[in-house]
Amino acid sequence: MIDLEHIHRDFRVGDQIVHALDDVSLHIDAGDYVSIMGPSGSGKSTLLNIIGLLDRPTAGTYRLNGRDVTDLSDTEQAEVRNREIGFVFQAFHLVPRLNAFENVELPLILAGVEPAERQRRVREALAAVGLTERAHHKPDQLSGGQRQRVAIARATIMRPNVILADEPTGNLDHRSGGEVIRTLEELNAAGIALIVVTHDPLVGERARRQLHMLDGRLERDLQTHHAPA
Amino acid sequence: MHLHSRDIGHFAWGALRSYPGRTFLMLLAMAIGVAAVIVLTALGEGARRYVVDEFSALGTNLVIVIPGRSETGGLNPSTLMGETPRDLTIADARALTRSVNVRRVAPLNVGQAEVSWGGRSREVVIVGATHEYLAIRHWKLGQGRFLPAAKWEQALPVAVIGSKIRRELFGPRRALGQWLRIGDRRYRVIGILASRGRSIGVDVEDLVIIPVASALQLFNTPSLFRILVEARSREAIAPVKRFIVDTLQRRHQGVKDVTVITQDAVLATFDRILGALTYAVGGIAAISLAVAGILIMNVMLVAVSQRTAEIGLLKALGATRRTISVLILAEAILLSGLGAVGGLLLGLAGNVVIRRILPVLPAQTPLWALLSALMVAIVTGLLFSLLPARRAAALDPVLALSRR
Repeated sequence: MIDLEHIHRDFRVGDQIVHALDDVSLHIDAGDYVSIMGPSGSGKSTLLNIIGLLDRPTAGTYRLNGRDVTDLSDTEQAEVRNREIGFVFQAFHLVPRLNAFENVELPLILAGVEPAERQRRVREALAAVGLTERAHHKPDQLSGGQRQRVAIARATIMRPNVILADEPTGNLDHRSGGEVIRTLEELNAAGIALIVVTHDPLVGERARRQLHMLDGRLERDLQTHHAPA
Repeated sequence: MHLHSRDIGHFAWGALRSYPGRTFLMLLAMAIGVAAVIVLTALGEGARRYVVDEFSALGTNLVIVIPGRSETGGLNPSTLMGETPRDLTIADARALTRSVNVRRVAPLNVGQAEVSWGGRSREVVIVGATHEYLAIRHWKLGQGRFLPAAKWEQALPVAVIGSKIRRELFGPRRALGQWLRIGDRRYRVIGILASRGRSIGVDVEDLVIIPVASALQLFNTPSLFRILVEARSREAIAPVKRFIVDTLQRRHQGVKDVTVITQDAVLATFDRILGALTYAVGGIAAISLAVAGILIMNVMLVAVSQRTAEIGLLKALGATRRTISVLILAEAILLSGLGAVGGLLLGLAGNVVIRRILPVLPAQTPLWALLSALMVAIVTGLLFSLLPARRAAALDPVLALSRR
């Protein structure tokens, strides 16, 4: 599903060039469960941003479902993000003035889906993360775990092929973090590919495939064949 | 991928509502700008209408003959001879009645003299006129008769007085039939004017009208001050004007030594001047709208930087650059539109207050000013938010999302 070939991403810091990604090639199958681990500055977030089409590689080719998306226009990339990729962020990134329902509704609004259809789908998505009663709460009236589950509902509302989670448990205590991971794993069990960036080994080791990055390169690619319980 | 316009409006309104203080101040700035345009153009328009009304009160279809030539002529006999203009006489006025296009003619002489009765006296404007004058000016008589329709050259010792003169000189006593002293002559009061108010600087209540021949004697002058000629219709004004010029030139040995102005021309001039004035004050007020526009730009720039994470998020969720621009512009249009409507109400309320304080000034904003104030408000709001919208659209989502 995801094909990265010889991806480079260079940043200019002052008069120095930093190689955030240095010749990364990677293939990820549809429905896979992948964790990306590594120390700060190892390039794992940059890799996730490139997979999520939030950032463009300096060199290399990116194919998503067989289609070359490396040089798509801004508008085409936006459409791919809207329909095929779901994002979950460490800082949740809910719009504070919108309630849970409206936050989940945003991708549907951007896609121009009719209001009646939106109602139905948002209700389903909130029910799936167990937040039906919280639909009309603003983010500041929700706990961290609840906020992240609202964000997950939002990430799944367009029925994407892949969910990209950047430190999804980073701002959560152990218990709510566990709930969030379980929610994400349920989605993966339903067939959506899940890519989690984390530096928490307890989170990362749950994935079927574990990637370790160091200095912009893939250091280790570990396939474990046990399905998590 | 197209957003529904209702969703855009809802989103923009939600964004504005989440910063009520800032939104209120921006609305206020826009509203004050629009209200300023509305009130100032209303004042200009009120002044214009005031002057137009005053001139209409002078009479209808009037052509006014003034002795002397106001135009800088080339070479004519009078400049060569160093001659003063010929007098404008009662006979001249009489000659002007001989046209089918002329309805009425009133020779006029004006001066100031002391009027006294029974030990009381008063400096008053004395108008020497004829029987036709009352009808030309559309004045009303309260008691008695107006000047008799006698021969114009006949210096009858009669007077028609304004209501204030009657009050001041006669008090509760009967004025009709009394003998007034004006200068060194005596005149019998035969009528009292009912009209009130001022007309072109003359207080109708505070004047005395005597036959024109009597006034010429009183002021010891052979020349009239004006001849008022009333044309039969609006269309007749131009032929009447030509007729007057030709007739008087013939009578004055071929010299064009009078100035003929039409009320229309005077009115049109004032109309133009005051119209231009209205445009000018409207334009000045519109500058405050531009200031409001700059304010909107600043605040939208702040809004964009405050909402960087939100914009980054919208991009991650699939918003294109265009969508982001549209959302920011919608916010600005909503803001300037609401501000403009608020200013409209504020301005119209201001007009009501002005009309109450200054009833003589019919302060009413012309429609063009209302519409252009609204348009300018919304267009400046839109123009000045193009930059913030561009900035928002160009935000790098990775950087935008990494900010906490």
